[in-house]
Amino acid sequence: MFGFSRAQSIAFVVMLVLIVVSPYVLYPVFLMRVLCAALFACAFNLMIGYVGLLSFGHAAFFGMGSYVAAWTMKVWHVDASIAVIFGALTGAVLGLVLGYLAIRRSGIYFAMITLALAQMVYFFCLEAPFTGGEDGIQQVPRGHLFGFIDLSNDMTMYWVVAAIFLGGFLLVHRIIHSPFGQVLKGIRENEPRATSLGYRTDDYKLIAFVLSCMIAGAAGGTKALVFGIATLTDVHYSTSGEVVLTTLLGGLGTVFGPAMGALVVTSMENYLAQFGAWVTVTQGVIFMICVLAFRRGIIGEIGAFLKISL
Amino acid sequence: MIMIFGIPGPLLFGQLLLGLINGAFYAMLSLGLAVIFGMLNIINFAHGALFMMGAFASWMLLDYAGIGYFPALILAPLLVGAFGIFLEKTIISRLYKLDHLYGLLLTFGLSLVIEGLFRNAYGSSGLPYRIPAILQGAFNLGFMYLPIYRGWVVVAALVVCISTWAIIEKTSLGATLRAATENAPLVQAFGVNVPRLITLTYGGGVALAAFAGVLAAPIYSVNPNMGTNFINTVFAVVVIGGMGSIMGSILTGFGLGVVEGLCKVFYPQASATVVFVVMVIVLLVRPRGLFGKAA
Repeated sequence: MFGFSRAQSIAFVVMLVLIVVSPYVLYPVFLMRVLCAALFACAFNLMIGYVGLLSFGHAAFFGMGSYVAAWTMKVWHVDASIAVIFGALTGAVLGLVLGYLAIRRSGIYFAMITLALAQMVYFFCLEAPFTGGEDGIQQVPRGHLFGFIDLSNDMTMYWVVAAIFLGGFLLVHRIIHSPFGQVLKGIRENEPRATSLGYRTDDYKLIAFVLSCMIAGAAGGTKALVFGIATLTDVHYSTSGEVVLTTLLGGLGTVFGPAMGALVVTSMENYLAQFGAWVTVTQGVIFMICVLAFRRGIIGEIGAFLKISL
Repeated sequence: MIMIFGIPGPLLFGQLLLGLINGAFYAMLSLGLAVIFGMLNIINFAHGALFMMGAFASWMLLDYAGIGYFPALILAPLLVGAFGIFLEKTIISRLYKLDHLYGLLLTFGLSLVIEGLFRNAYGSSGLPYRIPAILQGAFNLGFMYLPIYRGWVVVAALVVCISTWAIIEKTSLGATLRAATENAPLVQAFGVNVPRLITLTYGGGVALAAFAGVLAAPIYSVNPNMGTNFINTVFAVVVIGGMGSIMGSILTGFGLGVVEGLCKVFYPQASATVVFVVMVIVLLVRPRGLFGKAA
């Protein structure tokens, strides 16, 4: 099922066990942060790892998803599931518009265009009345799921977040292993050849981008639900940089890399938070080490050592 | 009072001047990015951080060594340029055989490190840098007051941009540089030390950013985030202009600064995003950029 190889199935079971056991050992709110970051990184990995396009503006979709989910929860008092769906839809629609513009260029230009477009979204959020400007949307209620599951309990919330993460994770995996995903890989390897075979490569890239943005929006919406807050940080370009770092550290184009990267990066931020700007310095150093000596990332290196693809 | 399109003249010209000044910085920074990209095939994400280092270098020279503005205008670019050469030699040169995206990621990491270190050392609130005495005050041009320093920034930026253009397009060194951009192995075969040329190009581009930083120091407060605020817009400028032409970068930079200034007069709410809107239009109409070569 889902096209897992034997090694990947084992790794998946390990991940599943860790997800089930860890809330009894670690602080659930911290774990929810990891899972949201992991889902966000999975979405980002779909673009960089399988289409070969580096989006430097994924915070726009994460952040807008977060804003819209928070707003619908707080103002419309919708069900938690509806809020997350709204977040995902926001990501998808925004992704359709910005992706339509960005896929006109590739490589470095694609990265710069997505960065600039995300910056535009940031300025929009700064000015627009519904985002609350510098204050953000605060004190968002967690509400109920399907009308009867109360989410104010951290453990209940944790299982919901875990389910959303697993859903997104499997969706990404399913996309990659579908015929559609195979065409994406073909485009990444040799775009002119894919074109000559009759594939409309721009359409494929755009659909992949929209799917990636949709999952990023869902991750943002879930994050807003967990922490009851949506702020400018979510749309800021440092968040875009963070998801790049997360995926790079875990392993670009690996199945489990984004989750591993999210665990490491979030823990690091958690422990270094008291040292102020040293978080930024450490992130920068990790970036440089990854690029210079460690391009396969943690999961990629493990996979290469064991001669399996994870 | 003169009214133009229902706007008081001094207000319009004042904003135009502010636009020209922002445009001067866009031009200098996007020019450096274009020069570096042409030679190294790397988008120098650390450009904003190096611009900030230029501003800090001038502040440090004044505060620690008592060296004033005009010597700093030469010294700071030299110091930061030397730092750039050190970076190119030790780190960046390892990436030339890899995908261009790795260069972007590495320099992004570099900018995080530099900015983080400066934030730790100097905080984020900003340090004042006084306008040198000779450039204080303002001219009365009849239709508006022109602060001397602001006029000076526009003139200095124009001189530096035009000189860079002249060096690249009109001298034999520039010809070698352009040839190496087109076909490095062939130029190497003619006995030109291409790796050294690459190093010097990076140093030159970085020095240009640092020079812009020194010019910016008295206008904006010297703080660790000043580069980041600029560089995101500069990337949009680069996309609009395309990186194919030196003169194109200069014209696009100044032009967009003026557009931004005008926007502040007629529709201030959009002034922060107007450059990005222009980018969207250019992408729709002419995806390769105004001065870009066909892909």
